[in-house]
Amino acid sequence: MFEQNSKIVFNKRLAPEIFLLALESPEVVAEARPGQFVMIRVTPGIDPLLRRPFSICGTRGDDLFLILYKVVGRGTAIMSQTRAGEKLSVLGPLGTGFDLPKRDCNSVLVAGGIGVAPLIFLAQAIDAGKTAFLSGYRSENEILPLEQFGLDAMETLISTDDGTAGHHGFVTELLENHLAGFSEDPPLIFSCGPLPMLNRVAELALKRNIPCQVSLETSMACGLGACQGCAVRASSKENRTYFHVCQDGPVFDVQKLDWKAL
Amino acid sequence: MDQPDLRIKIGPLELKNPVLTASGTFGYGQEYSDLIDLSLLGGIVVKGLSHKPRDGNPPPRTVETPCGMLNAIGLANMGLETFLKEKLPALQKLNTAVIVNIYGHSIDEYGEVAAGLKGVKGISAIEVNISCPNVEKGGMAFGTDPDISARVTERVLKNSDKPVIVKLSPNVTDIRAIAMAVEKAGAHAVSLINTLTGMAIDIESSTPILANISGGLSGPAIRPVALYMVYQVAKAVNIPVIGVGGIVDHRDALQFLIAGATAIQVGTANFVNPRATLNIIEGLKVFCAERGIARIDQIIGSLKIPDQI
Ligand SMILES: Cc1cc2nc3c(=O)[nH]c(=O)nc-3n(C[C@H](O)[C@H](O)[C@H](O)COP(=O)(O)OP(=O)(O)OC[C@H]3O[C@@H](n4cnc5c(N)ncnc54)[C@H](O)[C@@H]3O)c2cc1C
Ligand SMILES: Cc1cc2nc3c(=O)[nH]c(=O)nc-3n(C[C@H](O)[C@H](O)[C@H](O)COP(=O)(O)O)c2cc1C
Ligand code: FES
Repeated sequence: MFEQNSKIVFNKRLAPEIFLLALESPEVVAEARPGQFVMIRVTPGIDPLLRRPFSICGTRGDDLFLILYKVVGRGTAIMSQTRAGEKLSVLGPLGTGFDLPKRDCNSVLVAGGIGVAPLIFLAQAIDAGKTAFLSGYRSENEILPLEQFGLDAMETLISTDDGTAGHHGFVTELLENHLAGFSEDPPLIFSCGPLPMLNRVAELALKRNIPCQVSLETSMACGLGACQGCAVRASSKENRTYFHVCQDGPVFDVQKLDWKAL
Repeated sequence: MDQPDLRIKIGPLELKNPVLTASGTFGYGQEYSDLIDLSLLGGIVVKGLSHKPRDGNPPPRTVETPCGMLNAIGLANMGLETFLKEKLPALQKLNTAVIVNIYGHSIDEYGEVAAGLKGVKGISAIEVNISCPNVEKGGMAFGTDPDISARVTERVLKNSDKPVIVKLSPNVTDIRAIAMAVEKAGAHAVSLINTLTGMAIDIESSTPILANISGGLSGPAIRPVALYMVYQVAKAVNIPVIGVGGIVDHRDALQFLIAGATAIQVGTANFVNPRATLNIIEGLKVFCAERGIARIDQIIGSLKIPDQI
């Protein structure tokens, strides 16, 4: 884990509100595992004050790591204005990563919107069995070009809420169809996206007892396990009431969480 | 010139420099050990400890506000027994002062935690958080009543063999009254301020953003309030005052020292810049060296008020 000023190598727009940021840090690259995140300080000043958490979306060579982010508020708006050559303070890599599938195990990745970010890194790292990448967007203009990330060999399916591209409906419907194709040995599920979507993914996984890992988002002040601000409710089978997303996660096995309290 | 001498004394407790971490913002120290050399700190104040483990509040527990944040962690902690077994050994090995922040929901509970720390090696002092709700008094914070604050202080002193620092709540009409009451009760020092109570509302759903409805405001947003309270209390009591609230860099720290604080604590700034404490220590050294100030304690309480016309 490091705290350093990393140089921006590029920060380019991929879709209307979506940017791909490349930061230089051989140290972070050497440690980064899919599912981990970094906390970025968007300004050297005190307003906005706190760092923003972002999943690591991949690495390029030995020096660069990527962040795929959506502009949703002040911090990300400021980030979208930064340019190549400037520096950003980065803290990470933080949290636990995904458990990668073992030999011959098939996987299905389910992303909602900007939730593709950690799954892209995961998809690149999986070298077992077959992988399908399902992603859902609100509309066609938000679709992210997964080919850019070297994932063109993978089965990729898309859904849009408004039917402008791919399946008209939710990505969880694509998942249901996909799982229906396996009467036995269903693929492992990996997912990241908005909470209602994750809820449905967890429901499908728990119903068929399919191992499923999800990456969660909560507000975070420290990212280091120091403030206890990022609590999520643990399942009643666990020996504790809350997990801390920054340290125990952000990736969790769906069995470990209390989905009614999320 | 020689290196300026940053050592200070808080009652019987000597610190290598006046920069401490604030309770609840630095975990048990280990969380930051990959990032900074903990032994350079004046001291570490650990997360608030209660007798029994506490789960804390439901999420969301934090929200950012202008130049600050609200937290409603709910004093979640592992409890005395687990702390002594799992966290203290690593803390004892650090070459810095370890101060254990304690709280209770009744005077008895304060006494129990203090008693549980009695005789334990490697703990330099106890900091008593009196900002938490008193269940015997309908949830009013202990720290809002001078008499009750004094009684908590007396109980902790009675059960403890360590210097006792009482951490004051700013959510009161006159903080000096509380400071003087705990001084009279025998406190070795006071630290202030704890967080200021506040709230934030989501205008789309018309609901409070924190599940707990209210939370404690911290960060640079509270610094001027904290500074003025430190100034007032430093004039009102004869025991050392530790300044806390919105300190980000050495200039902020100096304001508190000049106002009369003997030491300072850094809280929310640790989240933003894990090196904040070490930068402050360096900044204090340079500030003193450049001005030919041999000892940091020459700065403490050096405030000059120009003559009124
Ligand atoms: C582990 C983790 C990984 C993430 N990965 C990504 C990613 O790869 N790409 C991406 O675009 N976004 C990601 N997010 C969400 C991202 O952190 C928020 O969108 C961002 O903090 C918003 O900041 P803002 O200042 O633009 O928004 P504002 O709404 O102005 O932010 C105000 C405050 O709320 C917090 N906040 C707002 N939205 C979120 C959120 N969804 N999750 C957590 N905190 C939030 C901010 O950090 C800030 O403290 C991730 C969040 C977490 C917890
Ligand atoms: C997340 C968080 C948790 C805190 N927990 C405690 C605590 O357990 N006990 C305590 O006395 N103060 C606690 N505090 C208050 C701080 O120690 C400090 O008094 C306050 O945050 C003001 O300082 P700052 O502006 O530098 O953060 C907490 C503050 C924050 C932000
Ligand atoms: S964000 Fe501070 S403990 Fe997780």
